[in-house]
Amino acid sequence: MRTSILAAADLDELIQSLKAAGYQVIGPVRDDAAVVYDDINSATDLPRGWVDEQEKGHYRLLPAGDDRYFGYTVAANAWKRFLNPPRKRLWRVVRQDGKLQFIPESDSAPPLAFIGVRSCELHAIHIQDRVLIDGAHCDEGYRQRRRHLFTVAVNCTRAAATCFCTSMHTGPRVELQSDLVLTELLDEHGHRFLLETGTDAGHRITASLPLMPATDDDTALAESRINIAREQMLAGPRQFDSSGIHNLLFSNMESPAWDAVAERCLSCANCTLACPTCFCFAVEDTTDLTGDHAERWQRWDSCFNGAFSHVHGGSVRNSTRARYRQWMTHKLAGWVDQFGQSGCVGCGRCISWCPAGIDITEQLQAIAEGDAS
Amino acid sequence: MATTAPTTAVPPSPKARVAVWKFTSCDGCQLSLLDCEDELLAVTEQVEIAYFMEATSRQLPGPYDLSIVEGSISTPEQLELIQSVRAQSRFLLVIGACATAGGIQALRNAADINDYIRVVYATPEYISTLATSTAISDHVKVDFELRGCPINKMQLLEVINALLNRRRPLVADHAVCVECKLNGTVCLATTRGANCMGPVTQAGCGALCPKYHRPCFGCYGPKENPNVSSLANVWRSEHGASTAHVSRTFSSFNTAAPAFAQVARGNGTVNDDE
Repeated sequence: MRTSILAAADLDELIQSLKAAGYQVIGPVRDDAAVVYDDINSATDLPRGWVDEQEKGHYRLLPAGDDRYFGYTVAANAWKRFLNPPRKRLWRVVRQDGKLQFIPESDSAPPLAFIGVRSCELHAIHIQDRVLIDGAHCDEGYRQRRRHLFTVAVNCTRAAATCFCTSMHTGPRVELQSDLVLTELLDEHGHRFLLETGTDAGHRITASLPLMPATDDDTALAESRINIAREQMLAGPRQFDSSGIHNLLFSNMESPAWDAVAERCLSCANCTLACPTCFCFAVEDTTDLTGDHAERWQRWDSCFNGAFSHVHGGSVRNSTRARYRQWMTHKLAGWVDQFGQSGCVGCGRCISWCPAGIDITEQLQAIAEGDAS
Repeated sequence: MATTAPTTAVPPSPKARVAVWKFTSCDGCQLSLLDCEDELLAVTEQVEIAYFMEATSRQLPGPYDLSIVEGSISTPEQLELIQSVRAQSRFLLVIGACATAGGIQALRNAADINDYIRVVYATPEYISTLATSTAISDHVKVDFELRGCPINKMQLLEVINALLNRRRPLVADHAVCVECKLNGTVCLATTRGANCMGPVTQAGCGALCPKYHRPCFGCYGPKENPNVSSLANVWRSEHGASTAHVSRTFSSFNTAAPAFAQVARGNGTVNDDE
C-alpha cells in the first residue's frame, strides 16, 4: 500500500489516465434530481458542490456550500447496472432449411473503471461475485466485466440519514481491496485527496500523476474525516446489533409485523431494483413474426413481482405479505445460509427509494419487539 | 398430388384471418396497428386482414382466427354485436383502456347518465345509450387484454407475433416502476414528492412520462396486486394531497378498473380527513 497526495485540481489527470489505458470510466454525475452513476469524460462531469439529503421515501440534492467532489453519499443507482446490465441478450437462433443455428452472444465491451465506489458498494460487488461467479452457474459476461474492473474507491466523510453500514460492518472505511482509494480532504491547507494505491494496476494508472508525499497530518485528517461519517451513523436511529438477525427472522415467520408492513408495501419492486446486491432476473424468449429468428434475453426481475414466482397454476406468492417477507428474510437471513454472508450492506437505498417510505431497519425492530413480547 | 382439387368449397387460407372491431372509443388504439409502418408489411405477409373498417372497405365474413376489439360497451346495439364477434372469433384480443376497463367514458358509471345527456346533447331524446360503460370482459370471454390509453404498438405486435408462433406473449403485469428502474430514470416520487401512479400502474409504455419528468398518469390501469389505498395515503400524508386531488387523479382512463374505482370514488380504504 502506497499513500500519497493528489491535488483536487489534478483529479482530472486520474480520469484521463484511466481513459488513456482503455477504460470506459463510470462515476457520479448529477442527473436532474439525483446523483447517478454514468459515463464520465472528465472531472467536470462530477457532482462537485452537491450533497444528498436522504430519508424514508425521500431524496433531495442540495448545494453543499463547498467544493467537494464526493460530498454526496451513495448514488440513486447501484454499480450492478454496469456489471450485470438490466437487459442483455444471451443468444440468438436462426432456423434455415429446417435446421437451427445457435449464435452465442459475444461481449466486446471495453474494460470498466468505477470512480467513487463506497465501502458498502465494494462489499455489494463482492457479494454479487459470490452469486454470479462463485456459484454453480457462473455468469460469464459478469465474470469478464468483473475481472477487468478497475475501482477507485472513496472513503465516506459524511453519512446520509439512511446509511447504516456501521450496523452491517461494511464501512465507512474502505477495507476490501481496491485499485485505488481516495479520501477527500478540504481545509486551510487546500483541497486534495489522500490516495492509497492497493494494486499493481493502481500503480500503473497513477505512475504518471503529479503525486506528492502524504504527511502524517494528512493521514490523521483523513481518519478523522472518516470518523465523522462513522459517528453520524453510530449516533443515528439505524444503528443496531445485526448479529442475531438470522435466527430472529426465521423464528418470526408469522409475526404480525409482516401484516403491518404489507398494508403499506406497494409491491412496486423499487427496493430490489435499487439494491446493490439484489440479482434476480427473468429469462425471456422472443421471436420475429416468421418464427425463423428467435432470441433469448435476460432482464432484471424482482421477488415483488407476481410473475417472479409464477409456476404451473399461478404465482406461489400472491400476497404482498408473502413477497415482502420473502425479500427481507432472504436478504438478511436466507442469504447467509446460501452465500455465507448477509445480502445487506447498509447503503440505505431500499429506504430512500421506497415510494411508501418503508424502512427495513424499522421493520427489523418491529419484528424484534414482537419477538420479545 | 400437385393438381389435387380443393376438397372444401372454400380452401383454408394459409394465413391467420384477422378482424379489427371498434366499440365506444376514440380509434387511437386500432390506429396503433396502422402506425406499425415499418412492421406492417411483415404483418400482412403473415396474416390476412379480413375486416378492418379503419383501413379498408373490404369486408370478409367470419369466422376469424383473431379478433382485435377496441372500445367499451356503452349502447344496446353493442351488447349484441360483441356476442356476434365472440361467436365468430377463435382468439379474442381486447385492446386499450376502453375495452379493458370501460375507458374515460366510464366516469358515467358513478353518476346519473341522464344528467350527462341533458348537459351534453341539444336533443337528448335522440340519444340511446346504456347507463354504464363497461369492459368487454364484462360481457364475453376474453382471451387476452392489452392495456393502455393508447396501447403500445410494439406490445400489439408482440401479441400477434406470440399468437402466430404459438407462444405466450411477453406482456408484463408488474409496476411502471420496474421500467423506470431498468431505464435508469430517477424516481419522481422520492426526489420531487410527485403524485406518480407508477407504483400501482401496469408497465408496458416503457415508463414514457417519467422519462420526461412527468409522473405516471396510470394509462395502463392497475398492476397485478396493486395497493392503491397505501399509495393514496402516502400522497395525502407525505405529499399533502387532498382527498379530492387523489380522487381526481384516479378518475381517468381507467376509472372503472376495480382497483382504481375504490379511490376514484373516494370510498375506498383511504382515511377521509376532509
